[in-house]
Parts: sequence; structure tokens; C-alpha cells
Amino acid sequence: MENEEKKNKMWAFLITGALILISFMYYKANVFYMYLIAYIWFGFTYGMMLQYGRFCFASASRDLFAAGVPRMAVGVLVALMFFSIIQATLASTNMSTFHAAPFGIHTLIAGLIFGMGMVLAGGCASGSLYKIGEGNMTSAVAAFFGLCIGQAVFVDVNWFNPLIPQSWVDSAARKVASGFPPADKMSSSFDTYLAGYVWDKPSIQLSHEKVFSEAFPGVAKYFVADALINAIIPATVLLVVIYYFFMRKGFIKKRAKQKGGQTGFGDHVAGVWNMITASKRTTIMGVIIGIVAGLHILVMKGMQIRFGVNNFGQLLTRMDKAGDITLKAGEVSVKGTIFDPGYWYITSQEGQLGAWVLEKFGWNMRDNIFFGVNNGLPEPVRNPALWMSIGIIFGAMVMARLSNEFKFKMPKGELWVWGLVGGILMGWGSRPSLGCNIGAFFIRIAGGDPSGWLYGVGMIGGAFIGVKFFNWWSERKMAKEMESF
Amino acid sequence: MAMKFEKTGEGTYMLDVCGYVCPHPQIYCKKSLEKMSEGDVVEVILDNPSSVETIMQMCDQVGHDVLDKKTEGGKIHMKIKKG
Repeated sequence: MENEEKKNKMWAFLITGALILISFMYYKANVFYMYLIAYIWFGFTYGMMLQYGRFCFASASRDLFAAGVPRMAVGVLVALMFFSIIQATLASTNMSTFHAAPFGIHTLIAGLIFGMGMVLAGGCASGSLYKIGEGNMTSAVAAFFGLCIGQAVFVDVNWFNPLIPQSWVDSAARKVASGFPPADKMSSSFDTYLAGYVWDKPSIQLSHEKVFSEAFPGVAKYFVADALINAIIPATVLLVVIYYFFMRKGFIKKRAKQKGGQTGFGDHVAGVWNMITASKRTTIMGVIIGIVAGLHILVMKGMQIRFGVNNFGQLLTRMDKAGDITLKAGEVSVKGTIFDPGYWYITSQEGQLGAWVLEKFGWNMRDNIFFGVNNGLPEPVRNPALWMSIGIIFGAMVMARLSNEFKFKMPKGELWVWGLVGGILMGWGSRPSLGCNIGAFFIRIAGGDPSGWLYGVGMIGGAFIGVKFFNWWSERKMAKEMESF
Repeated sequence: MAMKFEKTGEGTYMLDVCGYVCPHPQIYCKKSLEKMSEGDVVEVILDNPSSVETIMQMCDQVGHDVLDKKTEGGKIHMKIKKG
């Protein structure tokens, strides 16, 4: 046992040391890589926090429906509230990298698909990464085959053409005729969907809406519209709803027993507080994750100002021109950019890794809008957002090692199927909405974009269907086991 | 890998969900408890730390008693008395 602890500590130091060494090597290679190093260490910090708090968005809705446990839902809502205040502070000082997403029913549908996927796979997009760090290879199957390969395939095939309305085809064709997007980047169903539908949708950020910017002039609009109205009030209402449906009965019963009589409004307030503090580990991590996610935005914006860019692709191009690196064709997009969200994000960079792998097998992945126009397809070694994901895995691994919770577990039997199917559903459910539980839900709500709630409703609906399926599945297996009783 | 739910004696059961990841351990644990009578005890063996927190809170909310929880050789053993 003591030996195991020593071994785990040694691994934790080794991993941290290796990342320090890698960071140092990047810094020595070019000072512009400070940008990428910042992503590594924010990823590492997210990983540690996610593992410590067992912070998984899949668990938030799944455990509510499957076990009636609100622990994670509470943690996510608390994180959301704190993050929204930090986001508003950053927006009010013009230090935010946040941008709202096109608003439409597609977000809800994508959330539904993603929600089913995360329950089957046993973790959301960020949860799967931290679970890989714990040694859980079912999550690795979901992340690699679903979020990486599945996503890359999704944006580059034309399998979905029969589902595409003519109006989208026409709208996309008009844009191509006017010069953007380039005709040679229009090859997949997803391209038509983006150019013919998503780009025509409005982006909404409450603070930018006339009604709010006039009612709350100056910086107040960020705090009132984006933080209070879009995040804090709905999150508080949800906390009360969760208490009412999942905690109230049990808590009030206990309370009445303790008091030996009637209970009142004060007891319900105490009940909500009890629910919030029931898992200190998760709630405290919720607060810290909210703060760190805000700090991440501040640091990335600071780097952009320091280097005079708004995307890491511009720094790669500068390094290429200076002869420090040799960029291959298509590493940066036709706009000179790569995927560089400037904040916590998970899925797009995994799609890039999947595309990079598929290209090794001869698949041309740069002839579409997603990689060719919007995000580029850099070598993994100079992909900052991908380093954030790697950082999450290693941060979680260090935390799991330090708490002796690391265990290498290969998927067996049915877990292969759940990992694969769940991962693919997550990959396919994160693309139409241009983000996952982090990019489409968490970041957007805190930034004042109501489409985040639309994605959240879809995710919860999907999780409900997933739980119903697993309930049916496990009931069958239990009945089989109990035949001999 | 297979889930095992066995009757080990009068009012005692064993649920082995080693190898399973979220959400299976908590779902099987909940279902086992539903099948048992009040006062029965189940020993749950699992190796997915994330599920332990959920099971603990589920027991607290519903009124089951977690009699014992220990980790041995990477496996977590929980003894739960149905309340």
C-alpha cells in the first residue's frame, strides 16, 4: 500500500516535470509559444479541478434522473453563476474573448444528441478527458473514436445531403457566387448547413440587445443582462426546482423529525442551502472552476494584446515568415487562423486531431469549411487548444495519482459499445451547435448568450432518454441475476 | 466482465460492479436496493471512484445507512443497510 502511494507520487511528479520541461522547450523555441504554454497550464488546472470535484456535466443531469442525486447539477449551476460574474467583469473592461453563437433550433437538437451520447459514454466532453486521466479507457474510446474521428468524419462527408432543404443549398450557393466561402471548400453536408443555414442565423448576446443596452447603459448591461438575467436568475430558479423535486421531501421529513413538529419557509431555505453544501468538494470546485475559467479568458486576451494578434494562427504565420517553423499548406485556414477559442473549449480541437489522423490515411480534410475556412488544421504539436485538452488529461492524472485513485481500466464487453456509440453521438452532437457541454452550454450561458440554455435543455432531454435506456438495460440484467434467488 | 448480484445469506447480498464506469455502478446499486427488503445489507464492490460520491449521497437522501466503506487493492467495498 505504501509502495503504491510512493509510486503514485513519483508518477505525479514525473508528469508535472515533463510538462514543465515541454513548456520550457516551447519557450526556448520561440517566445510566441507562451500563448500555447498558457493553454497547457490552464488545461492542467482544469484537469486537476475536474478530477478533484468529480466534475462531469453528464453526471449533472444523469445522476438526477438515475439516482435522484443533485450533487453535480448543483456544482455546475454554482460554477455557472460565478463564471458569469467574472465574464461580465471582463466584458466591462473590454478583456473578454467571448463571442455569441448563431441562435436556432439546431442548438436544441444538437444538445439532445449530445445528451444521449454523454450518458452512454459515461462522461461529457470534459468529463471524458478527466476520466482518461484516471485511467478509464472507456472514456478514451469515446474521446478518440467519437469526439476525434467521429467529429472529423461528420464535417467532411455528404451523407446527410438528403436531409438538407433546398433553401439551404440555394443560400449557400449565393454566398459561394459572391466569393465567400471559396467554392473549393464546399464539399460536405456540413458545409451547406453552415453556409446555407447557420450563417444566416442571428447571434444574441443580451448586453448587445437594444432593450438591455438602453435600459442599462455603460458596463451595467454586462452585469445585469449577461450575468444576472441570462445566468444567475435562471440558475437560481433551477436550484429551487431541483430542491423541490429531488430533495424537499426527504429533507423536510428529517427536519420535522428533528424539530418534532411543523416546518415552514425557513426550513425550505435551509434545505436549499443543505443541498448546495451537501457535497462541499463539488461545490467548492464549482466556485473555483468558475473563477479559473474567467482568469483563462483574461490571460488569453492579455497575450493577444501583448503580441498584437487576435488568433494564434497569426503568430504561426509570423514564425513561418521568420523561418522558425515551416508551415504546411492548410495548417492555417484561408483566413490565416487556426482554432483558438481564447477560453475553455473541448471538442473542436479533438476534431482537428481526428482529421490529422485521417489525413495520414489519405483522406483530404482541408476541402471543407470547418477545417479549411474556420479552424485550420495545424500539426498537433502546434495546436494550442489541443494542448489544453492534453493538459486536462495530465492534470487529472496527477490529481488521481496524488489521491491514489488512478486505475488503468480497459473497456470490456458492453462498455466498448457504450463508449463507441456514446462518443460518436457526442461528436455528432457537438458539431451542429458549434460546441459541447463547455463551448455551447457553460461558456455561452455565462457570456450572456441564451442559446446556451437551448443547448442545456436539449442535453437534459438527451440525458433523460439515455437514463431511460440504461434503466431498461440494467433491469433486464438484474432480473437475470435474480433468477436463482 | 459481468455484473454480479448474489444472495449471500439471509438478508445479505453482494453486488460486484468492478470494471464498470459511470453511470452503471450507481444504477445497479439503486436497483439492488430496490429489490431488497428494509434492514437487508448489500456489500457493493466497485472500482470507479466517481460513483462512490453519488452512491453515498443517494443513501443519505433515501435513508439507507452506509455501514462501512474501505478500499482494498484498488477496489472499493461499501456495506449498505437498506433503510
